Amino acid sequence: MAVDDVSFTVEEGEIFGIIGPNGAGKTTTVESVAGLRTPDSGSISVLGLDPIKDRAQVRERLGVQLQESSFPDAIKVAEALELYSSFYRNPVDWRELMELLGLTGKRNTRYKALSGGQKQRLSIALALVGNPKVAILDELTTGLDPQARRDTWSLIEQVRDTGVTILLVTHFMDEAERLSDRIAVIDGGRVAALDTPAGLIARSSVVQQVRFRVGQPLDKSVLAELPDVTGVEITGDRWLVTGRGQLLSSVAGALARAQVVAEDLRVEQRNLDDAFVAFTGRAPESPEPLQEG
Amino acid sequence: MSALTNMVKIETRLFLRDSATVIFGVLFPPALLLGLGAIPALREASPETGGLRPIDIWAPTALVFGMVMIAVQHVPGVVATYRERGILRRLSTTPAHPRGVLFAQMIVAFASVIGSAALMIFVAWAVLDIAPPAQPLEFVVAFIVGYAALLGIGMISAAVVRTSSAANQIGTLLFVALMFFGGAFLPRVLMPDVLREIGELIPPGLQALTTAWSAEAGEITATAGGQPFWLQIAVTAGIAVIASGIAAKLFRWE
Repeated sequence: MAVDDVSFTVEEGEIFGIIGPNGAGKTTTVESVAGLRTPDSGSISVLGLDPIKDRAQVRERLGVQLQESSFPDAIKVAEALELYSSFYRNPVDWRELMELLGLTGKRNTRYKALSGGQKQRLSIALALVGNPKVAILDELTTGLDPQARRDTWSLIEQVRDTGVTILLVTHFMDEAERLSDRIAVIDGGRVAALDTPAGLIARSSVVQQVRFRVGQPLDKSVLAELPDVTGVEITGDRWLVTGRGQLLSSVAGALARAQVVAEDLRVEQRNLDDAFVAFTGRAPESPEPLQEG
Repeated sequence: MSALTNMVKIETRLFLRDSATVIFGVLFPPALLLGLGAIPALREASPETGGLRPIDIWAPTALVFGMVMIAVQHVPGVVATYRERGILRRLSTTPAHPRGVLFAQMIVAFASVIGSAALMIFVAWAVLDIAPPAQPLEFVVAFIVGYAALLGIGMISAAVVRTSSAANQIGTLLFVALMFFGGAFLPRVLMPDVLREIGELIPPGLQALTTAWSAEAGEITATAGGQPFWLQIAVTAGIAVIASGIAAKLFRWE
């Protein structure tokens, strides 16, 4: 995938998320940062160093967990950690790291015999064993069960709290929303948006929906004429109001003025998924653009 | 401990855990020699061969079996797997270069063929009364140069294949072809001259190994127009250098 215009700055100690549809250029971007690819143009600076020219120094300070990389089937957990720690000048104590990642009980287990979650935790441990200032985590929780995903997320927050800057690549919106301090949405090789998760959601001007039931008669125009409202549907006693901006407070205010009590009031929670669709025109896990209309 | 020492240590353990390779590459050649040595007819000295027994003449073929197996099947298979599964790629994001793991792999594979050869020569001497190599220096040179040529060919295969299963298929083909010229299927004594002459120059250079082991056996397997020992070594060394060069040129890390 070609990357055309991807510019961003990651601040020290933050978790910076990169999201985008499949084939948007996420992996190309982080591979360039990790020095696995030489960009045709543009510049990359990692801790003030060039990933290609200052390869040796960058590799000492950068930990990488790659998508689709693995380890020999027969290597044991403790052996892999000891081996990788011997590559670095100032590694962390790999035994402590093994403990932190809950792998001590598996220290003599071969890689092949580990569960998906354990493999992932080993991969994270190996990305951190060199005591990096920056860690790149590509598709951190793909293939994990929900509990293992949550455990991995808390682990990443712990790592961030030790001062490691984290570049997180994911196609899971919940993961990006939960972990990232800021997020870049990459689409078609460009940065489509860059903001905090809350900022992205607010900026995406996604259509909102408010649902409720009313027991009393109520004229449709009371709500339909509100400036934020774009549509009102009534099915029996069920109302569905769609709109933008401060939709909920407008609707609540109008109902109060009409002295109508709304029951079962529900606001469709907007999340990063909606923002993602708004910025890229695609659902997060589908490579095809959604049909308009 | 340095990264390379550690890699050699780990690769040694991984090799020993690969029981198929340990059995077929290291233990099978001595066992094969013992098995054939158990056949009385192969232990009978014949006046036509100057008092040598068939097993004396055939022993170097068993030796070559382990060398070929490790160099063209095992090493390329591991290297292709390491590339296919992103192990080389993952290493290239660390301060250690992935060439370290290839180097460690070759050290371990070489140590294993030396171990296999030593075991075989010992078993041949202790059980079958086959004299150890008569010219140790020439034998060691022929062994190292022959193994290097095999490994060069194996590494070309490792360089060009895309998947580990392709590496295994090519490895099997190479194994069968090299072992044919090595006399595993038809004793070289019975081969037509042209095949024997080709066999003299094909890695690992069985004729040179046979001559260095036993000059008498070498005279029997050599062809009338056979090349002198050091010329055979030079040709094999040339193959080793050229093959390694091609492999290095074609090698893909990803």
